[in-house]
Amino acid sequence: MDQKKNQWKAWLYLLPTIVLLLIFTVWPIFNTIRMSLLKNYDSARELGGMTFEFGFSNFTAVAQYSGFLTCLGNTMLLTVITVPISTMLALIIAVALNSIKWLKKVFQTIFFLPYVTNSIAIGMVFMTMFQMIGDAPNYSSIGIINTIIEAFGGTRINWVNAGSNYWANMGVLIIYIVWNALPFKILVLLGGLQGVNKQYYDAAKVDGASRLRIFWRVTVPLLSPMIAYVVITGFIGGFKEYSSVVGIFNENMGPVGAPRSLNTMVGFIYDNINTNQGRASAAALILFAIIFAVTMINLYVSKKRVHY
Amino acid sequence: MENVKNPDAVNEVSEPAENTLQKTMHERDIKKISKKQKVMRFIVQFLLYAFLTVIAISVLFPFYWMLISSLKTLTEYNQTVPTLWPKQFAWSNYATAFTGDLDLGRLFLNTCIVGVVSTLLSLVVTVLAAFAFARLDFKGKNALFAALLATMMIPGELFTITNYITVSTFGWLNTFTVLIVPFLVSVFYIYLLRQNFLQIPNELYLAAKVDGTSDLKYLWKVMIPLSAPTLVTITILKMMGAWNSYIWPRLVANDAAHKLVTVGLRGASFVDLATNMTNYPAQMAAVMIVTIPLLLVFIFFRKYIMRGVSRSGLKG
Repeated sequence: MDQKKNQWKAWLYLLPTIVLLLIFTVWPIFNTIRMSLLKNYDSARELGGMTFEFGFSNFTAVAQYSGFLTCLGNTMLLTVITVPISTMLALIIAVALNSIKWLKKVFQTIFFLPYVTNSIAIGMVFMTMFQMIGDAPNYSSIGIINTIIEAFGGTRINWVNAGSNYWANMGVLIIYIVWNALPFKILVLLGGLQGVNKQYYDAAKVDGASRLRIFWRVTVPLLSPMIAYVVITGFIGGFKEYSSVVGIFNENMGPVGAPRSLNTMVGFIYDNINTNQGRASAAALILFAIIFAVTMINLYVSKKRVHY
Repeated sequence: MENVKNPDAVNEVSEPAENTLQKTMHERDIKKISKKQKVMRFIVQFLLYAFLTVIAISVLFPFYWMLISSLKTLTEYNQTVPTLWPKQFAWSNYATAFTGDLDLGRLFLNTCIVGVVSTLLSLVVTVLAAFAFARLDFKGKNALFAALLATMMIPGELFTITNYITVSTFGWLNTFTVLIVPFLVSVFYIYLLRQNFLQIPNELYLAAKVDGTSDLKYLWKVMIPLSAPTLVTITILKMMGAWNSYIWPRLVANDAAHKLVTVGLRGASFVDLATNMTNYPAQMAAVMIVTIPLLLVFIFFRKYIMRGVSRSGLKG
């Protein structure tokens, strides 16, 4: 009797969660697959009584569409470049932080700051740092970054203005994304380092191992679960990159004169959400497939490499 | 007898002398090595601090640039060589940020409404679900929990397209509802709170049952106070989420009455009417105003934020 009463009580507690999940999580999974399989699906037209051809045409259309390939290329490039850089840098910073005592808390707090910011707002700040003001070639201001570059004897670069080079744009995005990605990685890796038993280091020192050797042979293997974690979450975040580009290049997703040249996978989905939901769904499923595959590969590799 | 027992005893007389000699030599070596080590140690420490300082400057520079840019006059901002400190403080940029095409007051109000209401409702939903998963027994509990966790793997964009259609059919576009309801359930928060609830000994629950305390009263009087830190973490992350959210609000609530702060900030053009140029100092002032609350929350709730973040791996 009591058991039965408990049963429906539990479901009562779970009712809001289940109802909301059914509407906003479970139904979308099925509906997205359905929409992706209907040629150029549009929900408004479906309500108007229109039917759509069933098949994989959305996927083939998306895969042949140059706008999508640009997005896919940009996303891949940004992920493949920023994840290793930010992971390596975060690892070095975490190890450095772990070997100092004085001012450790201060540094730790400073390094975490980028995390508690609005990525659109700070993207706008990065834009102003790289931007030149005025019309080419007589710029009234060349921006702080170019001023610093020229102070060190370099030549100014057109980073984000009209007519800027694709790789210069990418450079700005990479710097911003790495800046943004560091705090989380440092936090996780430093947490891992603090949990490492000091005995391993003492043993290595007794054996007379060099610092570099200790880093590669003791620190990295002991931290491998945390490294795997930040790499996997880094890849997932990288493939979903969108707001960093909006922060720097606005909704144009590119410099003046080259709109959408830096668009990403997520950007492509949002571009098509009103006009062609079939294609947007196909793109979303492709994104999911990529993230899933990359996560599986990462897990497989880390299973072989992670020491535990 | 003793000598027989210990044949080495004869040598013991001379050995101490030899020992002390060896010892002093050894000590001298150690001193020499340790002096060398001390120098090495100092150099390494110096390099470590130098490296960390360079990184810290790179991390802080955008904040510094935002601050000083927000205080420059438009003329000074557009100068050939950027100045590292404003010649005169143009506090008026902050006034412009509030009065220009960016209606910051209204944006703040909208964001606060959405943030507070969605946090409160989300806490209720999360607490109830976490309690059911942690304390109550029902058929299919583990399967359901596993299914919930599995949804965390799917990127949100997969849901967005259908959710956009759904909220359009519900007639929710440009309302506060559309900003609050679709994101009330967070599997991650349920998971976080369930883990916390599980740490509270079950004996407490059974004792309360024997005393005839109702589940809800027990939840309110015992479970919630004991897991207050996790609830604070959830509250902060949820509020920060409302403050920073861009994609969904941009899509479904882009009218003045419901626009959220980030959408407004990115959408505003900040054109200076006198010169017809973009007024970047005013834009930076607005960015400052949006950033400062976040930094204040971080200063006061550092511990809670870092705790939640290290487990989630997701921004906002």
